[in-house]
Amino acid sequence: MSEAKLEVRGLTKVFKTRREEVLALDNVDLDIADNEFVTLVGTSGCGKSTLLSIVAGLQQETSGDVYVDGEEVRGPGRDRGVVFQAYTLFPWLTARKNVEFALRGEDISRAQRAEKANELLALVGLERFADAHPNELSGGMQQRVAIARALSYKPQILLMDEPFGALDALTRQLMQELLTEVWEQHRLTVLFVTHDVEEAVYISDRVIVMTNRPGRIKTEIKVDLPRPRRYEMVGSPEFGSLYAEVLESIREESLEIEQLGSTL
Amino acid sequence: MSNEPDNGPSGSVTPVAAGAPMRPRGSGAARGARRRPEMFRIGGGIHSFHFIGIAAFVFVLIFSLWLVVTANAWVRPIFLPGPIDVWNRLSELAASGDLVNDILISCYRIAIGFTLATVLAVPIGVMIGAYRAWEAAVEPLTDFVRYMPVVAFVPLTILWAGTDDIQKFLIIWIGTFFQQVLLVMDNTKRVPLDVVDIGRTLGMKDRSILGRIIFPAAAPGIWDSMRISLGWAWTWVVLAELVAATSGLGYRITTAQRFFQTDTIIGYILVLGTLGLITDQLMKFLGRRMFRYAESRR
Repeated sequence: MSEAKLEVRGLTKVFKTRREEVLALDNVDLDIADNEFVTLVGTSGCGKSTLLSIVAGLQQETSGDVYVDGEEVRGPGRDRGVVFQAYTLFPWLTARKNVEFALRGEDISRAQRAEKANELLALVGLERFADAHPNELSGGMQQRVAIARALSYKPQILLMDEPFGALDALTRQLMQELLTEVWEQHRLTVLFVTHDVEEAVYISDRVIVMTNRPGRIKTEIKVDLPRPRRYEMVGSPEFGSLYAEVLESIREESLEIEQLGSTL
Repeated sequence: MSNEPDNGPSGSVTPVAAGAPMRPRGSGAARGARRRPEMFRIGGGIHSFHFIGIAAFVFVLIFSLWLVVTANAWVRPIFLPGPIDVWNRLSELAASGDLVNDILISCYRIAIGFTLATVLAVPIGVMIGAYRAWEAAVEPLTDFVRYMPVVAFVPLTILWAGTDDIQKFLIIWIGTFFQQVLLVMDNTKRVPLDVVDIGRTLGMKDRSILGRIIFPAAAPGIWDSMRISLGWAWTWVVLAELVAATSGLGYRITTAQRFFQTDTIIGYILVLGTLGLITDQLMKFLGRRMFRYAESRR
């Protein structure tokens, strides 16, 4: 793992409020290999989104370092694409224009830009909706466009913060399948945050479980299910045992919170 | 539905009942209060035909009341002339060209005063909505000035600018600018931070995010704020013309008062209401055309 695409070293984040200091992340070390799909799971408030946000360069760490290809991250940049849980498409632009927006500043002609946007929309199965505005698209479609937008400028790493968290269960499943399919065809380094255990096991190569606040890395579970993944695998004993392993690990954390709560 | 017990004599299942947990039914007895028509329930919808009908009815009702009260001479015409008198008076003023002139002059003053306010308020509002330091510099001051009554500025503006159009612009400006700044700031603050963060991850500089993301994202709200403040501008132009003017709708109202021409006063108030309504509808119409994308369709 010496040639990690993403390296997180001793990452610590303290949130200062007027009353107290909250240690959100405590000395987190993390390596993600090139073209690896890694998922961070943990109870809510464990700092997994904070970690992703710092890797994206959108939040400042208190101490520690983040490296992409051995180069230190000093803010947001086009080497890292981001997809949030909230719908972040620009409502005044069509789906195609939303993707093209991300390609501005690249040295290509207008026609090339449109062509590239069309290709990406086709990749997420939305070529027929290229001229639709976000208010005409369902939540799942909007997230697909957001993924197309994040992929369009070919970032080194894709960061996804519960991108399917706001979708209903069935749409979420379809999105997981779609993302897996896209990823299997066009490998890319992905850091994915979720609290959905099934989602984590289904899409990733490696699941990292975080502890409660302060967020530390509790354990990591390698998902050696074969690829391409098929949804039928969810019912397999291999999937079941991985699922149980991750769930058990998070459950310990959840139980801890509940017990803490009862003694307070 | 096939596995459900018999639904009783009617056999009809409303969509609400179908989603509700199963419980023994079939006796046919209605539970709960009988449903009122939808338009009389909180959150209920209304057919546009009914909406317009009710609105028109209220107008007609008030108009009839006016007609009855004045036709029977229950009130002296000097206090409340009848609708026909008002109509005749307005027709006279329209025929002589005074009405159109008064309207044009007042519209011109609003156009200039309101444009000057808007052109300054929008960029300032966006800036203080986006940057906390600018907010600290501008917002408390604006909030302070906002609470000063515009009426109290009238003598001061006459002292500063005399009684010509500049003073009218100034009153309209004072009355709208400070409110607009705060409204636009609010519109800007409503742009979700996640959308701004997307701009950052695309490698955009703050200035570019301001112009290409924050402003277009806030634009539908800003337009609405402008529509609301344009309504106030009508108040301020009349105020300015009431006190020191030689032309305009407000001026005509003061001179009418001097000669006890109550019909002119009421006629002009109605004209003002109509003009306000027209501009508001026009702004709404333009807003809908420009910001079609902002309407939720699903």
